[in-house]
Amino acid sequence: MSNTANGAPIIEIERLNKWFGDLHVLRDIDLRVRHGEKIVICGPSGSGKSTLIRCVNRLERHQRGRIVVDGIELNDEMKHLAAIRSEVGMVFQSFNLFPHLTVLDNVSLAPRRVRRMPAADAEALAMQLLERVRIPEQAHKYPSQLSGGQQQRVAIARSLAMRPKIMLFDEPTSALDPEMINEVLEVMEGLALDGMTMLCVTHEMGFARRVADTMVFMDRGEIVEAAAPEAFFSRPATERCRLFLSQILSH
Amino acid sequence: MGGAKLAIAVLAAGLLAGCSGGYTWGWYVVSPWGPKGQSNILFLLSGLGWTVAVALCAIAASVVLGLLVALLGLAPSRIARTASWIYVEMLRSIPMLVMVLWVFYGLPVVMDIRLDVFGAGVIALALCDSAFEAEIFRGGIQSIDRGQHEASNSLGLSYLDKMRFIILPQAIRRILPPLGNQFVYMLKTSSLVSVIGLAELTRKANELVVTEYRPLEIYSFLILEYLALILIVSWGVRRIERRMAAADYRPA
Repeated sequence: MSNTANGAPIIEIERLNKWFGDLHVLRDIDLRVRHGEKIVICGPSGSGKSTLIRCVNRLERHQRGRIVVDGIELNDEMKHLAAIRSEVGMVFQSFNLFPHLTVLDNVSLAPRRVRRMPAADAEALAMQLLERVRIPEQAHKYPSQLSGGQQQRVAIARSLAMRPKIMLFDEPTSALDPEMINEVLEVMEGLALDGMTMLCVTHEMGFARRVADTMVFMDRGEIVEAAAPEAFFSRPATERCRLFLSQILSH
Repeated sequence: MGGAKLAIAVLAAGLLAGCSGGYTWGWYVVSPWGPKGQSNILFLLSGLGWTVAVALCAIAASVVLGLLVALLGLAPSRIARTASWIYVEMLRSIPMLVMVLWVFYGLPVVMDIRLDVFGAGVIALALCDSAFEAEIFRGGIQSIDRGQHEASNSLGLSYLDKMRFIILPQAIRRILPPLGNQFVYMLKTSSLVSVIGLAELTRKANELVVTEYRPLEIYSFLILEYLALILIVSWGVRRIERRMAAADYRPA
């Protein structure tokens, strides 16, 4: 699928370092993401992969190094922060839908408040996105009335409503029952086909093989390997990566 | 309302036990079957409006004030947080009666304004209570899952929009019980405003005691007045809570 990615980088991460107290969670991370590129990040738990993508929309702040998203450097200036967050969508492991709002309001709130879109337009957009994730009939229900897979699809629609240039997925299927994983992965694959730039932290290796342009393996805060999927799965260069893949693929 | 019946039974038993002593009761002063008692009861009940009015105004002002102080206390700015902390610590260490006296006698001098007893009462009660409201709001807001903040932030919502549309609507449902509790407490503490002369329930009782010289009977009646008032309010608060709990979502 590398044909959808062209040369210009939309995310540049250089020598990124982050600590939680004394714990050095990200060590000298270098990563360049081109427009339309799909990167799947995997690695053992505690390897820093979630922290890395959370740095991209500054849910976590880094202490050293540089992150440039769509030409804007992430720093303490709030103006930049709002600009970047409206360009970067994020899907969480635990969905984080707003439980007191209907599905329709969950999806249409941000375009109304952040993009200043008239309510009727925002709702039309929301309905269009709910069709895209194939649950328009749930629009007037509350999140708790939906299955996990449906909730996660609403969460994807909610992010897409901001028309982001980049989507971050933080283990989007890890909290789901097995029979619901595919409906979410299908929506993500559809997004990939449409040319969205995606950073996915996931252990779904079948999805990774089908969608990723680049596989990234992280361990103990470092990027240990970054390679195209064919090479990554058939000839991992390091012992750590080989071991991890053998454990995860034996399932 | 089993609790109400029990409470009234306990109160009645206490009064009857008192009868066995040497005291001669003069219930005629508040008896609804005699002309004297009837006019006295009407006199006592005429304080009800002020009690309810002062408590309602004070709780409304204190909720608004408390919310502002709580939002300051949770703001990103360190100065705002410190200001909020100082406010809460200072105001919750001032006794309410002292605050009532100070606002009525002191504030007009300090600020060169005129204050009637009602205004002074509302301000004093609201100021004292706002510190507690702020703590209730802070607790409620902090109890909302971090994921709600992260989802709002990742969508680019501003701090105020996040609070207004996402965090506060969820927090309100959780803090309604303590808010209701605080309102009941406010109804009771409004009796302190009697010392500066607002003609609410307690003041009316005091005035009647001076003319009838039957404090035990009159104050017993006063207790029944507060009891009835607060049972009604508690019932109302519980009804609102139930309706909110029955709203068509469960917090995730």
